[in-house]
Amino acid sequence: MLEARGLTCSKQDRTLFEGLSLVVKPSELLYLRGPNGAGKTSLLRILTGLSSPDSGAVLYNGIDISKDKTGYYQNLLYLGHKSGTNGSLSALDNLSFWLAQHNVSVPVNTLYDVLEKVGLVGLEDVPVRYLSAGQQRRVALSRLWLKPAKVWILDEPFTALDVKGVHLLETSMKEHVSRGGLIITTSHQPLSETAGEHRVFDLEYRF
Amino acid sequence: MWKWLHPYAKTERAYQLCLTLQPWFWVGALVCLSIGTVWGLAFAPQDYQQGDSFRIIYIHVPSAILSMGTYVAMAIAALVGMVWQWRTAYMSMIAMAPIGAVMTFIALFTGAAWGKPMWGAWWVWDARLTSELILLFLYMGVIALYGAFEDKQQAGKAAGVMALVGVVNIPIIHYSVEWWNTLHQGATISKFDNPSIAPEMLWPLLINLLGFAFFIGAVTTARLRNEIVLRELHRPWVQALATEKVSKQTSGSPNVNLKEGS
Amino acid sequence: MSLYQGIFKRDMQVAFKQKAELVQPLMFLLMVVTLFPLGVSPSPDTLQRIGPGVIWIAAILSSLMAMERLFRDDFQDGSLEQYMLSGMPLPAVSAVKVAAHWLVSFVPLLLLSPLLAMFLNLTVDMYIALVLTLLLGTPLLSLIGAIAVGLTVGLQKGGVLLALLLIPVFIPLLIFATSAVDSAALQLPYHAQLAIIAAMLLLAAAFAPFAIAYSLKVSQN
Repeated sequence: MLEARGLTCSKQDRTLFEGLSLVVKPSELLYLRGPNGAGKTSLLRILTGLSSPDSGAVLYNGIDISKDKTGYYQNLLYLGHKSGTNGSLSALDNLSFWLAQHNVSVPVNTLYDVLEKVGLVGLEDVPVRYLSAGQQRRVALSRLWLKPAKVWILDEPFTALDVKGVHLLETSMKEHVSRGGLIITTSHQPLSETAGEHRVFDLEYRF
Repeated sequence: MWKWLHPYAKTERAYQLCLTLQPWFWVGALVCLSIGTVWGLAFAPQDYQQGDSFRIIYIHVPSAILSMGTYVAMAIAALVGMVWQWRTAYMSMIAMAPIGAVMTFIALFTGAAWGKPMWGAWWVWDARLTSELILLFLYMGVIALYGAFEDKQQAGKAAGVMALVGVVNIPIIHYSVEWWNTLHQGATISKFDNPSIAPEMLWPLLINLLGFAFFIGAVTTARLRNEIVLRELHRPWVQALATEKVSKQTSGSPNVNLKEGS
Repeated sequence: MSLYQGIFKRDMQVAFKQKAELVQPLMFLLMVVTLFPLGVSPSPDTLQRIGPGVIWIAAILSSLMAMERLFRDDFQDGSLEQYMLSGMPLPAVSAVKVAAHWLVSFVPLLLLSPLLAMFLNLTVDMYIALVLTLLLGTPLLSLIGAIAVGLTVGLQKGGVLLALLLIPVFIPLLIFATSAVDSAALQLPYHAQLAIIAAMLLLAAAFAPFAIAYSLKVSQN
């Protein structure tokens, strides 16, 4: 269970949100919605612990994430605007490094399987820089199948994806929720039925 | 101490504190600076070697000491901000930075002006002057870094790190420059080293030192107030403050009468 | 431990795929050194006198250029976010990254140093002292520089600012390093200078990783 208590965040001295509280239970998909500049990304980054709120706390299973970082991070998968892949390394190198970094051991075959699943067959050894935006996004998304994380925090995961990619991602989101995982995601286009049931959380733009 | 200080982490309390302290600082600065400067420049005895030109120490020495002191104060504020996450600490750090830089500049300028009759040149690579110059660079770095960020909260944190790196470096720079100086011009005696000073010369110096400190305090509180108001513009208490002032101003002015008349 | 080896290996891999960025600061260094005989005087005595200072100043300037690379890519492509979310201690990660960066950007400088010494007419004793100061001093440049790089990595125009922040901080190193080489020229012992540089290096090695990690976090905010 991921819980935010009384989060306040201001950027450039403009308050994005104040006293924001929310609870996301296992087997739940939270769709965070709001106009540009409402603070969706800031909220997600606070939920991951990448940035700290001006006040308030984020709790995972009742424990403050700033107190027990490792416990939370073992169960967290965050995909931000930036893909987190180095352009001059191949998809395979990038992913195996990422797995080592996050302390996940996965047999090489699985790695190839996942790359096949996201449609990158034959592109495993090409430096990521030479891939298209959508393909780069797919490299980043393949992490979803590699790390057994309970919490997915996805910031605009559908950006640059084609119809097939969107479908794949939505199916996997539904699967994750049915397995008891929890997801918080933002997106500018509404989630389709493939993504399964979801709760909408609206974030307003404040002046 | 903690209980006493903690409320001032809130911007509103810090603003009130500045408001109460500021007039006292101005009075202190005015009194001390006028006594110290007049005493030092007009009544203190002449130096038997340097004549009247030594009197510049009444400006040079306080500004030099306080330029270092302000930097250390900035670093302390940065540390407080870092450890206890006080926004006001970062704000006061950045409020101090320009006035510290100005003090450094005054110290450099008066040092150069003093150097002209002593050494016959405006600028000599004297150890103290060189340290002051590097200190000015350090101040500029902190101010430039703060200015480079758009998010001022982030800017405060970043500038705070740099202030701390600088403060660790100040003694190293000071001693390295002094050592470098003895190495290269061992024969020159630093004119700034006054091993003993007559008490009638010392008193105005101390009073002026206090006066400069008050002055820095006054400017810092004024700048801190500005900074707080600017950053907290959307807070109700700032808005209340603004409307309160407006209503005070307008209550006695003809504008009100005009409105009533129309 | 193998985790950190992985980071080290990856950084080396990435560095060698961007060879141009490795070579350019070195070329800059070489060119700056070349300017001095042309701009000051080609007389061997003058060159020998200004040589240590010239090499060290050029090294500091070129290090400022090389330094920018340290966290830039990782910040821009989001790898840094993933580092922070991996649960690995960030100070240790930054220390490893600084070490890898030092190896690819300053070891070539050491290899280039005989040429520079020849250009500026340094004696063998001076050259030995120069190499020793570079060996002790360049890791210090990397460690302190990384703090400022961490702070400026999120800014669009960080380059000049980086120089503004770092040059004053590097002055003590410049003083001690050049004076060690000067002492060597006069056949005087220079253990004291080396010891001071080593002390500064140890101090930086102890505290800089934490400062780097903190500044990277500030940049992430």
